[in-house]
Amino acid sequence: MKVKMLSRNPDSYVRETKLDLQRVPRNYDPTLHPFEVPREYVRALNATKLERVFAKPFLASLDGHRDGVSCLAKHPKSLATVLSGACDGEVRIWNLTKRKCIRMIQAHEGFVRGICTRFCGTSFFTVGDDKTVKQWKMDGPSYGEEEEPLHTILGKTVYTGIDHHWKEAVFATCGQQVDIWDEQRTSPICSMTWGFDSISSVKFNPIETFLLGSCASDRNIVLYDMRQATPLKKVILDMRTNTICWNPMEAFIFTAANEDYNLYTFDMRALDTPVMIHMDHVSAVLDVDYSPTGKDFVSASFDKSIRIFPVDRSRSREVYHTKRMQHVICVKWTSDSKYIMCGSDEMNIRLWKANASEKLGVLTSREKAATDYNQRLKEKFQHHPHIKRISRHRHLPKSIYSQIQEQRIMKEARRRKELNRIKHSKPGSVQRVSEKKKRVVAVVK
Amino acid sequence: MSSSRAAESLLALNQQEELEDLPREYPLSTSEDEGDSDGERKHQKLLEAISSLDGKNRWKLAERSEASLKVSEFSVSSEGSGEKLVLSDLLEPVKTSSSLAAVKKQLNRVKSKKTVELPLHREEIERIHREVAFNKTSQVLSKWDPVVQKNRQAEQLVFPLSKQQSIFAPIEHVVSGWKARTPLEQEIFNLLHKNKQPVTDPLLTPMEKASLKAMSLEEVKMRRAELQRARALQSYYEARARREKKIKSKKYHKLLKKGKAKQALKEFEKLRKVNPAAALEELEKLEKARMMERMSLKHQNSGKWAKSKAVMAKYDLEARQAMQEQLARNKELMQKIQAASESAEEEGGAEEEGEPFVPDVVNEVQVKADTPNPWMFRNHSGDTKEAEVQGDPEELAEPAAQEAPESEEEGPVVAEEILLKEFKERRSLRQKSRLNQIAKPVGSQEAKDLSSQEVLSELRALSQKLNRESHQSRKQELSSTRTVLAVQREEPAGEEEEPLLLQRPERARTLDELEELGKEGCFQNKELPRVAVEGQQLERNPSNHLGVPKEKKRKEQMIDLQNLLTTKSPSMKSLAVPTTVEELEDEERDQRQMIKEAFAGDDVIRDFLKEKREAVEASKPKDVDLTLPGWGEWGGVGLKPSAKKRRRFLVKAPEGPPRKDKNLPNVILNEKRNIHAVAHQVRMLPYPFTHHQQFERTIQTPIGSTWNTQRSFQKLTMPKVVTKPGHIIKPIKAEDVGYRSSSRSDLSVVQRNPKRLSIRHKKQLKKISVD
Repeated sequence: MKVKMLSRNPDSYVRETKLDLQRVPRNYDPTLHPFEVPREYVRALNATKLERVFAKPFLASLDGHRDGVSCLAKHPKSLATVLSGACDGEVRIWNLTKRKCIRMIQAHEGFVRGICTRFCGTSFFTVGDDKTVKQWKMDGPSYGEEEEPLHTILGKTVYTGIDHHWKEAVFATCGQQVDIWDEQRTSPICSMTWGFDSISSVKFNPIETFLLGSCASDRNIVLYDMRQATPLKKVILDMRTNTICWNPMEAFIFTAANEDYNLYTFDMRALDTPVMIHMDHVSAVLDVDYSPTGKDFVSASFDKSIRIFPVDRSRSREVYHTKRMQHVICVKWTSDSKYIMCGSDEMNIRLWKANASEKLGVLTSREKAATDYNQRLKEKFQHHPHIKRISRHRHLPKSIYSQIQEQRIMKEARRRKELNRIKHSKPGSVQRVSEKKKRVVAVVK
Repeated sequence: MSSSRAAESLLALNQQEELEDLPREYPLSTSEDEGDSDGERKHQKLLEAISSLDGKNRWKLAERSEASLKVSEFSVSSEGSGEKLVLSDLLEPVKTSSSLAAVKKQLNRVKSKKTVELPLHREEIERIHREVAFNKTSQVLSKWDPVVQKNRQAEQLVFPLSKQQSIFAPIEHVVSGWKARTPLEQEIFNLLHKNKQPVTDPLLTPMEKASLKAMSLEEVKMRRAELQRARALQSYYEARARREKKIKSKKYHKLLKKGKAKQALKEFEKLRKVNPAAALEELEKLEKARMMERMSLKHQNSGKWAKSKAVMAKYDLEARQAMQEQLARNKELMQKIQAASESAEEEGGAEEEGEPFVPDVVNEVQVKADTPNPWMFRNHSGDTKEAEVQGDPEELAEPAAQEAPESEEEGPVVAEEILLKEFKERRSLRQKSRLNQIAKPVGSQEAKDLSSQEVLSELRALSQKLNRESHQSRKQELSSTRTVLAVQREEPAGEEEEPLLLQRPERARTLDELEELGKEGCFQNKELPRVAVEGQQLERNPSNHLGVPKEKKRKEQMIDLQNLLTTKSPSMKSLAVPTTVEELEDEERDQRQMIKEAFAGDDVIRDFLKEKREAVEASKPKDVDLTLPGWGEWGGVGLKPSAKKRRRFLVKAPEGPPRKDKNLPNVILNEKRNIHAVAHQVRMLPYPFTHHQQFERTIQTPIGSTWNTQRSFQKLTMPKVVTKPGHIIKPIKAEDVGYRSSSRSDLSVVQRNPKRLSIRHKKQLKKISVD
């Protein structure tokens, strides 16, 4: 008797090498794969849980400073290099891959108030409490040479901040006024003032590089135009703004870190209402830095935590804290948008992952596909109560937690009071002012 | 002092003069009084003021007076006059002179111009400066609006933004800037030059250029058409060859081969006539094949397979046949090639038996069993006849029956082609054709049958009888030979098997069909009668079988195969199955009856209906009865509130929305909310969505690879932001998005003059200040 066999072509199922993936024949008939929504929901739930399981953002702590870290700066060309200035006038240069300090300079007497690198990465500038601006070489002195600044400029007043132009050999300092300096000269080529209070920080716009923003202790934020050598506009907020940071992808957007625990994102063309108020901190926000993708920013606060906000959300997506981290004074987002550094009172610089549960290192294509799929699932089902609860859950130190509760109560009380006032007064006599409008005291032309 | 006094007096004189002029210009006031007293004049003024209050006489009247009381040493008092003293008037009395005229002219010019306003306050100026600068800057910034918008809405952003854009340059440009340096390069260049390969522009060899020039457009078109045709033909032939190659039937290939051999022989014959020398060569080839065969033991029935078959041969008809076939092949190959004269004789003899060499369209069966040696052939057929008497009757009957019409239709077609075609047809028909031997056109067949006609007719009669015999006997017989038949169908073995082969389908088929019917009957009741009827019809008119739709054929074929594979179950079933169709139907009915009896107790449908009714009742909103027995009437045991009262206090429940399963008789939809599911459900419509359907749709579209193809899966799970590890992401630049970045330095203005403004700037400033 003859037996007939089904014949198959081995080419269709035999792998060429052992490392190849097995080809899986698929049938996409929807009747064979029922319950797609419940199955994807379960997958999303699992992905969310795994995200929380793997959320371990803290990478390293760089210690060595002998006083609180007052300022940080990124190297424009090298991802591994970070500069930091401390409250005792010491400047350190760190190597992030080795997690070691590679150079140490006693730059100033008193605080190092500001530090910035030149756009080419060959030198950097510091300003300090000793009324000097100093330019330093990025590379250390060769053997036998003394550690000396390239240039030193003696000023009449204390400089509180410094920022370098993104393309040209120009830098700006702030103090009593905003000064714009040519690197080659010892006197400012232009000084701009508006009002008489001390200015705490000045920042160049990274896209339209002739624009500057500064914030002063009389609660205002002032914008300057370097080309026309004139201030442009001033906005006065409820409380003092500590720093501002420009969005590196959107030329007219900047975010201000305010003393009233909030951050305000402004469109510089319409300063009368902020685009977004970002609130989650429970103490003054001291520093803010944008991610180079322009989609998120990180803020450092006096409440001993740093938070990451998406630009278009008013609530933070992440909060980082450790037991030992004290008031965070400065924060920077690295240029590859993967890490965050923060310098705090207790003399340490900490390195964090920007995406808490991200796996570091090279991913295989399957891993990548899986993470992408999980990410998309989480997004798709983010409004479902279980998933929302899990993804929002964070452990907070008791102080912050109780502060949040307290502030929630306060906020509710204020709201209630306002409602009552409206209710018990003549209709129309008390207008409701939106939260955004309320925070802006005035815009001065 | 004296001189200054003199000047004063002169001035006073002048003034007087002018004052004297005034009355001429202005009408006199009504109260013209020369009275010197001051009080009087004041009184007058008051009166005037009062009189002007009524609004009629608002005209301020000039007062005429002598030299004023207050004489200022700085200016001429003009108190009392309604007009200012003009400088040019002072010059009037003096005689006109040329020099003075010029001065007057100048003065007039000055007068015509407006007075210069006071300069603005410094802060005000700064404010204006700022505003202008702000407007300008906002304008500059607004060019980023589309970019920002695009980036915010982008499906995916890949950082770093600036890519190393590949520049497209024509190859000539690249090559022209490059010279051969190394010896290898030079060698290659030399070679290229020798072949006249173009190195630089234009990239055509001289040959190509010439050909381009040579061919006209029409020629090119023609040539192209030709090529196209050739290609089409080629592809057609290729497709055909592939198709034919795919055919698994061994018989078909055998026939094909034989056809080819025959063709070769024919050609050989022709060649012999035309070109004897070439023919000799061909002959030698054949001779060589013969020699090879003589040398080898290939077809000698001495191999392992042959030995195993030899053991079986005693009992197995098929094995015997296979062995004989082998031997026949051996003999065929070993046969000496006839000379020309012999072949002629052969032809005469062959006609009786079905000569293989003759391109015989009519006598197809013998052709297929092509054996060059007639002796061999005869011998062989005799063997088979001895072996199986039963098979023979159909042997010639069926093929002939099928060939006959074809040969008439397609006379001019080559014999081999016909053969192949016929075979194909038969192949397709085999599975479904309900041919009966009786119905076959016996006449034509008889005409062709030459030698064994009588025997055949006898046998045919016998087989007919067999066919009409009782089912059981036939069934038994068939079930025993079934498997054998099935295999035979796959293996077209020589001429002797032909009858079996051709006969088998119908028999086996009828059986198979019945079995199939028996099987299918359980599942599909409707199928049964239809197929049965069909079968009957086919039995009645066998010529109809061609019209049966192809799908049917295929289906039956599949079932056939299944039957072949599962030999056991059909044999078991066959006891019950092969009654007539009516019987089968009866059986079906019986089965139903049986099922009914078995499940007599539980009437599922009624239960279901009842359940549904209950569910509907339960879901209906209930009326609320608020009657209080005993209120307003007698109460007690056995007393019920009156119907009127009850009607009055009955709160009718509003009718709810219609049930969703109202129009679905076989379904109960539970409309109650599931508490356990609620915890997993979204309560509020999330922000970006405007309608709940929108949201539901996004949730219901699966994105996993289980439901999507690989490509769409990748597209669906594309991450929003992609960054490369270890790459520095720079702030967006004007060049990145295709804008021209400003060439001038940010410093240029500052360095020239911090406070200087351009003319346009000034104009703008002015405009703003006017506003």
